[in-house]
Amino acid sequence: MKLKNLLSLGVIGATLIAGSASAEVRDIRIGVDVPYEPMEFRTPEGELTGFDIDLGNAMCAEIGIQCEWVVQGWDGIIPGLQARKYDAIMSSMTINEQRREQVLFSDPYITPPSAWFAPADVEIGTPSKDTLKGLTLGVQRGTLQDNYVTDMYGDVADVNRYATADDMVLDMDSGRLDAAFLDFPIGKSTLLESEAGNYKRVGKKITEPKEYFGDGFGIAFRQRDKELAAAFNEALATLKANGTYDEILAKYFGED
Amino acid sequence: MDALMTWLEAQLADNSIFTLQTLGYYGEGLVTTVQLVALSLIIGLVLAVPLAIGRGSKHRWVSLPIFIYCYVFRGTPLLVQLYLIYYGVVFVEGIQETWLWVILEKPFVPALIAFTLNTAAYTTEIFRGAIKSTNHGEIEAARAYGMSKGLMLRRIVLPSAFRRALPAYGNEVIFMLHASAIASVVTIMDLTGAARFVYARFYAPFDAFLFVAAIYLCLTFAILYLFRYLEKRLLAHLKPASG
Repeated sequence: MKLKNLLSLGVIGATLIAGSASAEVRDIRIGVDVPYEPMEFRTPEGELTGFDIDLGNAMCAEIGIQCEWVVQGWDGIIPGLQARKYDAIMSSMTINEQRREQVLFSDPYITPPSAWFAPADVEIGTPSKDTLKGLTLGVQRGTLQDNYVTDMYGDVADVNRYATADDMVLDMDSGRLDAAFLDFPIGKSTLLESEAGNYKRVGKKITEPKEYFGDGFGIAFRQRDKELAAAFNEALATLKANGTYDEILAKYFGED
Repeated sequence: MDALMTWLEAQLADNSIFTLQTLGYYGEGLVTTVQLVALSLIIGLVLAVPLAIGRGSKHRWVSLPIFIYCYVFRGTPLLVQLYLIYYGVVFVEGIQETWLWVILEKPFVPALIAFTLNTAAYTTEIFRGAIKSTNHGEIEAARAYGMSKGLMLRRIVLPSAFRRALPAYGNEVIFMLHASAIASVVTIMDLTGAARFVYARFYAPFDAFLFVAAIYLCLTFAILYLFRYLEKRLLAHLKPASG
């Protein structure tokens, strides 16, 4: 009881001090949960690495501050931010309304893409209402991919909805499906890199429109750290403009 | 009809789940469910009559295979049978090069085969029981008239067995309707498939499944009513005499 009171006093005290701190962006610590390859994971040597880590470090360098990574379990990651164990969270966190009430998000720095996959010998071209007409398309039931395909192509193509991605892959192998639409990383590991499969990606990776594919991953800050968030947004824009962002993306997700 | 549509549209204007589009899914689902169940029941019935007669045969090479078939299909879940026939058939070597694949490629026929074989097994047992419990007196009388076995089967045994089997068969029809809810695991958009779709789309399990439960209930009552009517007509002579 006593300890708890002391702790909350400490938090209040820290808050008061922070409130009077200057607006200048200082060195920070960033909370991250591992492992979640390729976003954040440890190398066999135990070193922290991944897309989030590299991009975060590049942003910090761009802003001109020192950043230290703090490993924190996922269920305590937002309380940890509020308890000042670190000043930001960069850990594949999807931006959503619930979290927005707790934290301040940066601009999304990546939106997990979806993509079309088809057997290597099937010629589809760029997926559109014309090219997908009359085909049998596979999706996982209830996913954002299901909503997207149903709304965009449900009236011109047959949409087969599967309970699991495994069932869908099985029907893809058997030739019952002409194409499947799923999370790019899942499709990559189950179809493109499968032993038996002879598949290819069709068209570009898809992350738009937002109403289907969400807001992507964002860096979370405490609500009051508006200058910090602005500095990171600016850094992200610079890295995207000068090509550093694409380099890091290619390093972890392969060539587009 | 127009008045009904305006009323319906007014009702639908207030909610975001039951739009004309989602009701369209339910409508298609209803058609698919009725087609699937009706077809499997009809084909299953046609198969079950000779199987039930064969099942009672004195020749073991006739009765034993039928016994094993009934045993297997009544002893395993329909869901497993459906999975085996839809996904398992893919692993049969070379099947994709034969004409069979044209039929088996789409989910409807594999589901129909699974449902038909399942209901035929149950119906066979129902009929066999009904045939077995034919009154000995009737058979003796038929023999006394010098009827051949075939004629006796056609005129005496089968008609009375059908009547006795009616209540049990009515249950089988309702069971089949309810069992058909698993069709959506092989991507068929039946009634349950439509409900799952609406559920996943709007995260509204209660609305989606209560609505579909009401439709199943209506179908069940329709079947019950039909069989009640048939029993009344065909089993009238078995009713206790009243003054």
